[in-house]
Amino acid sequence: MNYRAAKTGILMIEILPDKCDFCGCCVGVCPEDAIELKEAEIFIIDERCTNCSKCVWSCPIEVIRFNREGVLSK
Amino acid sequence: MAARFAAEQGQSVLMLEKDRDVGYPVRCGEAVSRAGVQEFIQPDTRWISTVIDKFSFNAPDGTEVILPLPDIGYVLERRIFDYELARTAAAAGAQILTRAYVNGLILEGGTVGGVKYEYQGVQHQTNSKIVIAADGVESRVGRWVGLETHIDFRDMESAVQVTASNINVDPNTLYFYFGSQVAPNGYFWVFPKNGNLANIGLGISGIIGKKKSALSYLNDFMQKNYPAAPILTSIAGGVPCSITLKKISALGIMLVGDAARQVNPLSGGGIASGMIGGSIAGRIAADAVKMNKFEHILSYDSAWHNWLGKRHEVFNRIKNGIYNFSDEKFNSIAHAFAEIPYDKRTLKKLFMKALFNQPSLILDITEVFLY
Repeated sequence: MNYRAAKTGILMIEILPDKCDFCGCCVGVCPEDAIELKEAEIFIIDERCTNCSKCVWSCPIEVIRFNREGVLSK
Repeated sequence: MAARFAAEQGQSVLMLEKDRDVGYPVRCGEAVSRAGVQEFIQPDTRWISTVIDKFSFNAPDGTEVILPLPDIGYVLERRIFDYELARTAAAAGAQILTRAYVNGLILEGGTVGGVKYEYQGVQHQTNSKIVIAADGVESRVGRWVGLETHIDFRDMESAVQVTASNINVDPNTLYFYFGSQVAPNGYFWVFPKNGNLANIGLGISGIIGKKKSALSYLNDFMQKNYPAAPILTSIAGGVPCSITLKKISALGIMLVGDAARQVNPLSGGGIASGMIGGSIAGRIAADAVKMNKFEHILSYDSAWHNWLGKRHEVFNRIKNGIYNFSDEKFNSIAHAFAEIPYDKRTLKKLFMKALFNQPSLILDITEVFLY
């Protein structure tokens, strides 16, 4: 298995871009500036993410999730 | 607003809008006081959806108390309103580019000297004497020069809203619902719009979102109250309900609106306060350029603080006082308030009832309602 690596180990946070409304709530609460959001494009900057989950808790519409198995490379 | 006020003073202004349309998508409940708007723009029926003169407080046990507002307010058509604001900036001389994504700052020593941005698939950069960042709830631009813009997830209200049709409510009343079933540590709103439409939504703290999302609360409410209502739009958003950032300017850069955390932390309203922040920043930036004295922009922090920032600190204390009210507490407030004759009901009295056993906050309430 090839997992994407977070700053502190295996990346556990993943965004479901097809469901995202691109509101920026997650970007505002991310203490590591690890989320990049353009007009309708969003992604995690893996090497900055610490799996803290604040983005998961703040997402109003449940499109960011904590994957206990780790997030695989695409 | 910052672009308009700087341009009106004869400065060369370039406004870069991330989205393809100014003001769209609308991530907002769209309610604002008349006073908050008319300071900047003459009210116009093209962007006023409904006129508001009452406030409805709904307790968890179903008790509703209606009180008159001291001055009217509006539910706006933000899409048209924001276009109009942009038009006034353009009329003052500002250039505007949409779908222009700012992805970096030009730094000259310790000073910001312009922006890097992507436009039509091509990377550009523009030098400028001052950058005013209005990059919303994300507020990343300030971070790039070391301003601490990150907001604690407990202060970020996760919000979700639908604009629904066939909603039969009084078109002149803003409806607020409180309690653990609808919006714990926040509130639920139904704001009427023209033609039996309404903005229906809620905001909850990230601490609540850990257990249940804003979307789940909204779905529950709609299922219970408006199961057959057609949904015209649905939108998510974050509302930074905190005091203003410690620093909202540095050499060459100023932050405004949600990016500076200039939202009223009690109500979550940011239309009027954002316009005030933008106008102050635009004026100060123009003055700095005219005087060729760029450290002048650092006075923006205290100018904002004195104008509104200080008041938001009071609102934040009140918010913290009512943040954890139980359903029983909301019920008892509504019951006590219902005994006051309609024409004697005021928002000040409502907050007084809510916080009667917290004397320090009574002083805060007195202070904010003296304005």
